[in-house]
Amino acid sequence: MPNAKEPERSEQLQTATFRQLLYTWFDVRLGVGSILHEALDEPIPGGARWAYVFGSVLLFLFISQTITGIFLALYYVPSADHAHTTVAYIVKEVTGGSFLRSLHAYGSSAIVIVLLLHLTQTYLYGAYKGRRELLWISGCILLALMLGMAFTGYLLPWDQKAYFATTVGTNMASDVPFVGTWLKRFMRGGDEMGTLTVSRFFVAHVFIIPAVLIAFIAMHVYLFRKAGAAGPPSEDPVNPKLPTQRFYPRQVVMDTIVALVMILILGSLAHFSPTELGPQANPADTQYVPRPEWYYLPIFQWLKYWRGPYAIIGIIVIPAITAALLVFVPFIDRRLERRPWRRPIAVGVFVLILGGFVAMGLMSVHDDQRDPSIAKQVAKQRDEVEQFMREPFEPEGAATSLSAPVVAVVDPLAAAGKKVYDSESCDACHGENGVGTNAGPKLAGAIAQKSAEELSNLLRHPTAKMIEGEMKPVDVGDEDLKALVAYLKSLK
Amino acid sequence: MSGAEKPTAIRGDVATDESVSRRSFLLVLLGFGTVVMGAALSVPLIRFALHPLLTKTTEIGWSDVGKIDEFASLTAPAKRLIKVVQRDAWRRIISERAIYVLPPKNGTVRVLSPICPHLGCSIPWNETKQEFICPCHMAVFAMDGAKISGPAPRSMDDLESKIEDGTLKIRYQYFRQLIPTKEPLS
Repeated sequence: MPNAKEPERSEQLQTATFRQLLYTWFDVRLGVGSILHEALDEPIPGGARWAYVFGSVLLFLFISQTITGIFLALYYVPSADHAHTTVAYIVKEVTGGSFLRSLHAYGSSAIVIVLLLHLTQTYLYGAYKGRRELLWISGCILLALMLGMAFTGYLLPWDQKAYFATTVGTNMASDVPFVGTWLKRFMRGGDEMGTLTVSRFFVAHVFIIPAVLIAFIAMHVYLFRKAGAAGPPSEDPVNPKLPTQRFYPRQVVMDTIVALVMILILGSLAHFSPTELGPQANPADTQYVPRPEWYYLPIFQWLKYWRGPYAIIGIIVIPAITAALLVFVPFIDRRLERRPWRRPIAVGVFVLILGGFVAMGLMSVHDDQRDPSIAKQVAKQRDEVEQFMREPFEPEGAATSLSAPVVAVVDPLAAAGKKVYDSESCDACHGENGVGTNAGPKLAGAIAQKSAEELSNLLRHPTAKMIEGEMKPVDVGDEDLKALVAYLKSLK
Repeated sequence: MSGAEKPTAIRGDVATDESVSRRSFLLVLLGFGTVVMGAALSVPLIRFALHPLLTKTTEIGWSDVGKIDEFASLTAPAKRLIKVVQRDAWRRIISERAIYVLPPKNGTVRVLSPICPHLGCSIPWNETKQEFICPCHMAVFAMDGAKISGPAPRSMDDLESKIEDGTLKIRYQYFRQLIPTKEPLS
């Protein structure tokens, strides 16, 4: 028997040696060993737990958002005249486009949910205690940045719901004392929502906030490792006493399982119930009832209650106090006691605020259902979205690519008129062959169909409105005017 | 990572012989699951990125040249400007292109692209010499587009044409240059 086993064992020894050699070769050059040790051997007092998975899951979701976001940028164009068309193109034409966009949209909701879970777990476990103030504050900043990502990303499809929700959202900024109006104009890139707003939100969503986010994620992870895992609520936050377990493998396995379940849920949602795109933003729509994304509903509802001279209390003072309470809780709740049942005030205030948020959100939904006119309009809007989703993709007619319309100037009089048109610099405002520019209206088409008499009269004596638009009376001889009119009439 | 040394480790933290095989099996299973999931998710990503390669994102339709009767009595090639409607991903672009309608022979009308098959210059019709002469490198073509002399590797290119309800229609295309055969650029 021992003889029979002999060759097998030596083979095992050989492969082990080869693997070891390979590993050593890389380790010496890359330092894999110390990186892996640093990443995976983090001791967790009290051992791995399902309660600790949220941080890793958030990191995973952030990576997923980054990847899907980069891919979406392959087809998206951040300008008011193309944003909606390009998103419609992604959703209706591009292979897997609807799925990817849905993954990105649902991913943002998932991040908000997991952020709340992460925050709640950390708070209830008192894991901000024991020299973890900076760790907690960096987490609060990450929460704000993520909400900023959600806010800026929401506008980018430039559909009705995006447009009106952001109109309301940016209007709210004008309630900030002293700098409010300036702040609103800064966000919008002007007084009105327009193409500059899309550019600004795009740059914030894709360059600025992600850059800051990555920096703060790195800081958050570093500070977490520096302070060490806090362990269960019974643990001493400064000098842990419980036996430890390393991050790898148990906690890694738990984190991975939850991440996999998460992606399975997001993938199923994206596949079976893809995110819809509504009709293009129509600023002239006066009927539209804007509603923010679900996680902003509580704030939306809250703001409804604050009108008149005391509005500033509800809009600025109370939210500022709440935010300050959250950010500075490690400085306020300074005892080392972590067990939630021994921290009735801290936990009570938290539950009260969280409950308030949930209640506000529910009331917002309830209010909309109770008001028949709003319920009707909301239902109408839903129909419009569904109608738009059913329509096939309509490519955008690129007006600028249409070089001057084909004008077969056969009539010699019209040909002479074209010379007058060009020499009088009519084309400076009305464009080549009267196609129109920003400075002057299109002449080809409707205007050119007026009677010759009316046209020559208008050219000689422009109306007040025309003069206001910098139209000068045409000062040419009668023959030339006749030719010009003939030319204008030839424009189709 | 905090200053204090951890006194003891939980059972299972350091591998014992009997637990190691069961644990490594589970780890392999989980690793496998992760790889499968990652691979499954990368499929839509790759297809999304390769969309322009997998489906036609640029498309050229038929353009009207004019009523067929107009060309019945032609004695020399007639230059016409046509509007080409093209699909460029999410845009529909309309551009203008020049073409030559040849005098009909045996009732069939041929349409030539004015693009020189040598290096792509636009070839004008020379009324006095009754030839197409490319201004760039003096390639010369007969009235029917056949190569006579010069550096062009082939004759002028025919454009696909059809007659619908008495209207001559063509499909405007570009062709690969510098090769003896006519090969469309898709």
